[in-house]
Amino acid sequence: MVATRHPRETSVWRALAEVTDPEIPTIGLVDLGVIGEIAFELRPGGGERLTVDLLPTFVGCPAIEVMRQRIGERLIELGVADEVVVNVSFAVPWTSERITPAGREALRRSGFAPPPEARTFAGDELLAVLPAATCPYCGSRRTTLENPFGPTLCRAIYHCADCRQPFEQFKSV
Amino acid sequence: MSELDAATGDALGELLLAMADDEFVLGFWDSEWTGIAPILEEDVAMSSVSQDEIGHAKALYELLADLTGQDSDSIAFGRSPDGYRHAALMNHPRTDWAFTIARRFLYETADAVRLESLAGSSYEPLANLARKMRREETYHLLHFDLWLRRLIEGGPDSRNRLIAALQRLWADAQGVFAPLAGEAQLLAARILPESIEALRQRWLARITPRFVELGLPAMPAPPLPAPDARTLHGADFGWLHSEFTMVAASEAGATW
Repeated sequence: MVATRHPRETSVWRALAEVTDPEIPTIGLVDLGVIGEIAFELRPGGGERLTVDLLPTFVGCPAIEVMRQRIGERLIELGVADEVVVNVSFAVPWTSERITPAGREALRRSGFAPPPEARTFAGDELLAVLPAATCPYCGSRRTTLENPFGPTLCRAIYHCADCRQPFEQFKSV
Repeated sequence: MSELDAATGDALGELLLAMADDEFVLGFWDSEWTGIAPILEEDVAMSSVSQDEIGHAKALYELLADLTGQDSDSIAFGRSPDGYRHAALMNHPRTDWAFTIARRFLYETADAVRLESLAGSSYEPLANLARKMRREETYHLLHFDLWLRRLIEGGPDSRNRLIAALQRLWADAQGVFAPLAGEAQLLAARILPESIEALRQRWLARITPRFVELGLPAMPAPPLPAPDARTLHGADFGWLHSEFTMVAASEAGATW
């Protein structure tokens, strides 16, 4: 993907990578996997429009509006198009696998367990959504799920038996 | 998908409104548990589940808004109580915890059947959203199935309250699958891959063995959904409506 990108698109992706999550400022939106396609098109009345697809982690995520606004501001500032449209899209669903390796590391550094790597969601296999978590503080696997519903829609609460810390894990969806 | 004709567009609007109102109204009722649920973890869980439902409602209202050219906030908050199309199951107040769990179990299992089917809808925006919602609803299903089991095993009081609530809600729960006026158009356009009655039968075939497995008494023979299951709402919903429209009504068009 990167190799064939037009330089202008590369600059857009670079700018998007600098826009961070409103709640966890150590992770960028590109690493979080919430940016879908970007596209330039000519407007009927002249000038160019840049469209960015934003894929919510959860449908009801209240941070979407803030993300949309920040993306719009950053890309207008970049000056590559006359108009920027940020389009919330479900055509490609955000899944926890969209978080990049760098994003997983950024989450861990901020004290959040990244979602389990091998995800086997099959809709009807309920247990597949709640695998064990690794403590982001001490690396222990002796952890227990305290609540599948955490302080935000996308996070569950666990407790580590070794370092005795509660921590949050990004849910597998 | 090609342009929808007027009748199919209207029928699709009716389907979206029914689903959105189910999620919206239930989200508001259950958000009342925030701060007063039986345990702290459940305060957090119910708030999160309710926020999911209201988020799903918002996304569905937006699909409807794209279809009709209205905006989603005015659809959500701008109607009088008799303009809502949620099923009768959602007319009841939250009542006690057993009642809430009974309703959630009946609704989540019904909604799962509905979403599974709509994931194959020919109307792509709806199919996409249904696929995304299913991933989130899986957590709800898991959670409320667990609570159902806890209340059954928790002793005679919780078990009896749960059974009484399931029996009281049984007829109204059928109304989640009340036929829609424009159903024939939706089926012809493959927007609905199967009839709503077929979905109800699948739901019954799934939950009936679950009740047996959990040692619950058999439910009465399920009545057909009442014709007014999505149009008659009663006084409790009237009160809830005045609550959730209060801010929007206090200053028309305000933003924050």
